[in-house]
Amino acid sequence: MISLQTNDFELFDVPVQYAQDRAQLDARWKVLQREAHPDRFAADGAAAQRVAMQWSVRINEAYQRLKDPLKRAAYLCEMQGARVQAENNTAMPAAFLMQQMEWRENLEDTGSAQGLEALADEVAAEQRRVQQTLGDLLDVAKDPAQAVGQVRALMFIERFTQEVNAKLDRLT
Amino acid sequence: MALLQISEPGQSPDPHQRRIAVGIDLGTTHSLVASVRNGVAECLPDDDGRVILPSVVRFMPGQGRQIGFDAVQSAASDPVNTISSVKRFMGRGLNDIADRSKLPYEFTASEQGMLSIQTVQGPKSPVEVSAEILATLRFRAEDTFNDDIYGAVITVPAYFDDAQRQATKDAAQLAGLNVLRLINEPTAAAIAYGLDNASEGVYAVFDLGGGTFDISILRLTQGVFEVLSTGGDSALGGDDYDQVLADAAMARQPGLQAVTAEDKTVLKAAARAAKEALTSAEDITLNAALSTGSLSAAISRADFEQATQALTARCITAVRKAQRDAQLAKDDVQGVVMVGGSTRMPQIQQAVAEFFGQAPLNNLNPDEVVALGASIQANQLAGNNAAGELLLLDVIPLSLGIETMGGLVERIIPRNQTIPTAMAQDFTTYQDGQTALALHVVQGERDLVQDCRSLARFELRGIPPMAAGAARIRVTFTVDADGLLSVGAKEQISGVEARIDVKPSYGLSDDQIATMLQESFTTAQADMKARALVEARVDADRMLLATRSALAADGRLLSAAERASIDALMATLQAAIPTEQDAKALEDCTQALAKGTEAFAAERMNHSIQKALAGQNIQSM
Repeated sequence: MISLQTNDFELFDVPVQYAQDRAQLDARWKVLQREAHPDRFAADGAAAQRVAMQWSVRINEAYQRLKDPLKRAAYLCEMQGARVQAENNTAMPAAFLMQQMEWRENLEDTGSAQGLEALADEVAAEQRRVQQTLGDLLDVAKDPAQAVGQVRALMFIERFTQEVNAKLDRLT
Repeated sequence: MALLQISEPGQSPDPHQRRIAVGIDLGTTHSLVASVRNGVAECLPDDDGRVILPSVVRFMPGQGRQIGFDAVQSAASDPVNTISSVKRFMGRGLNDIADRSKLPYEFTASEQGMLSIQTVQGPKSPVEVSAEILATLRFRAEDTFNDDIYGAVITVPAYFDDAQRQATKDAAQLAGLNVLRLINEPTAAAIAYGLDNASEGVYAVFDLGGGTFDISILRLTQGVFEVLSTGGDSALGGDDYDQVLADAAMARQPGLQAVTAEDKTVLKAAARAAKEALTSAEDITLNAALSTGSLSAAISRADFEQATQALTARCITAVRKAQRDAQLAKDDVQGVVMVGGSTRMPQIQQAVAEFFGQAPLNNLNPDEVVALGASIQANQLAGNNAAGELLLLDVIPLSLGIETMGGLVERIIPRNQTIPTAMAQDFTTYQDGQTALALHVVQGERDLVQDCRSLARFELRGIPPMAAGAARIRVTFTVDADGLLSVGAKEQISGVEARIDVKPSYGLSDDQIATMLQESFTTAQADMKARALVEARVDADRMLLATRSALAADGRLLSAAERASIDALMATLQAAIPTEQDAKALEDCTQALAKGTEAFAAERMNHSIQKALAGQNIQSM
């Protein structure tokens, strides 16, 4: 029986794996919200309203996690007992750190929107590569312990992407 | 005269079934009220057949007030007491109003940090002034239907922050309106537009009103209106274009000055008229009789466009940001819907066309479209259209966060998150033996607390003394479907907790609203009591009706004992409806039934979710 405690994958009735069909997630999200959104219960009294609010929040939470590759991967690792421990564990391979430093210098030195767009493209390409690796580790090799390292790498990349976008915002 | 209604065979003739619900566009320059009648959304006209109500309120000596067109006519002769564009001051403090010196009003700061305007009837808060406008529209609707209004959906700019939303809700409450929902103006426009055209795909709504600018990007699929991103500027609108035009004209005659309140009002009106004329004419002369001499300046459309270039650029910057937030390319956008009277300006039409590479859509009246969309949503929320396909999935416009050490903001809910939503983050103590935590809730995109809007402060006390960093305090932000926030904090080891419904310091407390309600609108105390009892009875009826239909549909999910306890609660409430004279006691009785059926409601929801997915699987096979 489905309840508020059901895991994201089961709630959306999709396979427990990294690879997901975005169109299917979008469609399921709407089906579920149609059922649970508080607006559907506007005339049904306080009890139904409260339950609807809880469900609607829960469905949005699951959708946010499932549609985002990083959050989905982290959730899958945690489900399989591999802790991401993002706050404490920041040890990363030297090559990865070198690349991060290079990007950061590049970001400091670049003053044109065009240059920043180029940097953003480069970062996006690396992001796709890491996501691909994550898919292989989680769905093919079934090795969540290894995948955790890639999840952390993806976190670094996303934070950096935000910084590039923030600088672009200031320029445009 | 409106025709009497007869219910369909099989449907309940219960008069509570058909509820009068309205949509209200509370605009900077003008406001409208609309309702769905016989399946069609339409704006309700006043006695003279005008649907627009200028958002202008004049306070006269004694108790009198003029609202709307009458007030507009008095603006030049009594500028100090005639308040227009009050929406720009909603949820704002004195320091937020940058162009104070150019306005004819005398501002004061009230105790709560909220600004007030000094009038012949004493200080008036923007909430009170807005309530006058809302009450006028409420009376218009009540006269039209010759009945009480069940509830209203009120629109706000998508980019309104929590303080501005709360102020709007307070104003509605003060005007005696039951707020079914606050919805965002561009979303309301999309509803009116989308349902009109049965559109599918991604649309941008560009909404430039008198005092606010919003851009929203939405995806429309089979009645679902999903907001992908929203952005804008809650202090940018047609008024700013007027001001720049006035400044440009004054610069032509350096000897002239607009010093008195009358001068400022006359100049503002002349600038607005000139701006409107420049929509069709290439050259105009701006004339205004000021106390220091008469102004006569020749202005071409090119001059106007040149002078306001920076304002138009600000619009386009916000559009670019919203498009990036939606993670879409420009050519994914299928159409651009123009809303708000200020989009009639040629430079706006041109800038939008240039950015999106397509001509914007202007086929609905930009003044009415927001109110129409709100009325469609109101009709649905009032339960008049239970089988309705419309579903609104809106987002929160600005990030919400909490102050951490060093005056930095830690974001808990990022902007453009679909609501309702709840998100949590763990924090810890800074010092050994720290037993309390000061929580400061802020809204905005900047990293420093001082650059964001402060929404609320509260404390978590009674944390057992521990080493610094040992406590685990989980802070949970919950945003409801109106976009309003509540915050809870719980220390995980000891279990102590505190929570707050965020009523920003700019809003009004419930007590203040109660006092104001008594003081205004000539509503006698006895009337209020009678009204409260009628409302409590209607609520009780609704709760009984809802419970009965729930039992009829899913009663089998209950054990005999559970069923008996619900039956008993229903019987008690049923007996209380005709006899109970105290509204509060009747409300408690309704609450008891609500509480008693909560587990049943949860169980029903679990089943319907399960069923929805099962249906989905059969479809996809």
